[in-house]
Amino acid sequence: MTDVLAEKAARPQRVIAQDAVADHSEGMSYLHSLPRRLVTLYLPLGIILFVLLFPFYWMALTSVKPDEQLLDMDTYSPFWTWSPTLKHITKLLFDTQYPTWLWNTMLVATCATALSIFASVLAAYAIVRLRFRGATVTGGLIFLAYLVPPSILFIPLSTVVFQYGLFDTPFALILTYPTILIPFSTWLLMGYFKTIPFELEECALMDGASRWQILIKIVLPLAVPGLISAFIFCFTLCWNEFIYALTFISTSSYKTVPVAIVTALVDGDVYRWGSLMAGALIGSLPLVILYAFFVEHYVSAMTGAVKE
Amino acid sequence: MTIAVQSAKPPREIREITAWDRLKVNKNWLGAWFMLPAAAFLILFLAYPLGLGVWLSFTDARLGRDGVFVGFENYVFLSDDPIFWLSVFNTILYTSVASIIKFAIGLYLALLLNENLPFKALIRAIVLIPFIVPTVLSAIAFWWLFDPQFSIISWTLKHWGLIDQNINFLGDVWNARWSVIFANIWRGVPFVAITLLAGLQTVSPSLYEAATIDGASTWQRFRFITYPLLTPIIAVVMTFSVLFTFTDFQLIWVMTRGGPVNATHLMATFSYQRAIMSGYLGEGAAISTAMIPFLLGAIMVSWFGLQRRKWQQGGDND
Repeated sequence: MTDVLAEKAARPQRVIAQDAVADHSEGMSYLHSLPRRLVTLYLPLGIILFVLLFPFYWMALTSVKPDEQLLDMDTYSPFWTWSPTLKHITKLLFDTQYPTWLWNTMLVATCATALSIFASVLAAYAIVRLRFRGATVTGGLIFLAYLVPPSILFIPLSTVVFQYGLFDTPFALILTYPTILIPFSTWLLMGYFKTIPFELEECALMDGASRWQILIKIVLPLAVPGLISAFIFCFTLCWNEFIYALTFISTSSYKTVPVAIVTALVDGDVYRWGSLMAGALIGSLPLVILYAFFVEHYVSAMTGAVKE
Repeated sequence: MTIAVQSAKPPREIREITAWDRLKVNKNWLGAWFMLPAAAFLILFLAYPLGLGVWLSFTDARLGRDGVFVGFENYVFLSDDPIFWLSVFNTILYTSVASIIKFAIGLYLALLLNENLPFKALIRAIVLIPFIVPTVLSAIAFWWLFDPQFSIISWTLKHWGLIDQNINFLGDVWNARWSVIFANIWRGVPFVAITLLAGLQTVSPSLYEAATIDGASTWQRFRFITYPLLTPIIAVVMTFSVLFTFTDFQLIWVMTRGGPVNATHLMATFSYQRAIMSGYLGEGAAISTAMIPFLLGAIMVSWFGLQRRKWQQGGDND
């Protein structure tokens, strides 16, 4: 029963979706005239998209506007600038520790993601395919771990990190982030592993392959899309993490971008907005670029984890 | 060891199967090793701190000093603290208002995106962007958008003649609450919309055609086809949405730090203030622990409330 369900959930629903689209276009869409669609579809969609995107436009515009135009909204139209400047961005990159923070974030995110994927691949394979005693219960516990939010954990975790002697080092983050990532990616990979035919594994077992060889040579190559999804999503979660980084790191040169922007870049200066927005923009760019390349994987990670 | 191989080479001595050989293919033994890395992380950095948190809430621990057991003193102290109750009120308001609106707009957006649109994939990709960008960074953008002096929203409204003075978005008690709720909705809608869209795409269009032939109105088609078929996924999405909204920290911390006069303190930000900034770890842990029952309650409501429909229909889960 569960296997059937899992298959249903994990098998490409895109196929069904495409059918739906094709059907739809030939089906009932003739019932809608253009003016009607304009009011019921394009107008609300346009408004929602505008609201969703406006903060980013504002962020980008602010980061290239000269200071005097930022604060004088009567002489200059606030919605556009004819004299863009790179002053804020150069100030950010050369007068602050921004490159270090960017590097820290990248390092922490990469290490934590790699560790988590490694642990999750092993765990997911064991739960789905080894089916050791208590595998189902373990799967359930891992799902529960997914529901434990960081904002409940950060206080005791700060004392734990202190006890282990990791306080104020990048390792504090590299070792704690996997607690957020492992439950998610294990759950995601379990779904992918379930779709790989068991017969392939049986053949390999007959030929004398060990479980480890099966995992490396058969299961993983077939689960590459799942691995990419898990990797991207974990990376994004790391980049987005705030409360642990805020609590466990106090030296400025170890901070990650989100924390550093809020604590170190916010000073009393009236003219801080340009470089703040530049910092926010540059801090989100790597993720947006990554996302642009892997939209489909990203969506399947998000919906896959919810559906399982 | 296939027979072909054995005959080609000089026959090897057949070895006794040792206990070690048996162990190497034992499922439970292998399973334990495979689970080890994940289990180590989750026990050391999740299960242990979770237990420790509950223990800390019964001690008078400070930053840098171990506490002694004080029983329910922290909880008694908190129950007399009006700021604590204010933070509970704020959290419930924030969670309920934001979740309901996120659900409504998210579902609406999902229905719009499910229509036959040009550049559908591109629009869907754009919709998700607020979810990709780190919350803190978009919160900073909102902070700037809600600036008391240079807010573009105030400027536009003034230009249109709708208001005379700048709106004090983050300085006034209720304005600040609505502003952070708005930012939270902005950030959460894409997640709800895209996951619900994935659910919508599995609904067969022939059902809608059949209903249309039977004379169902748009609302009836939504109410009796879309909604029932979508309930399982709505349950999951809303559970997650409530969970993340209830424990939100980043957005509030960046935009208001709990101010003005604690009007936007959520339980998470309040526990951070007490535990890390003032150093009263025990008290902060008590606030965190107090979140757990609320959290379980909220999850139960959204999970079972919506799941019950599934059992009534007796259908399977897809």
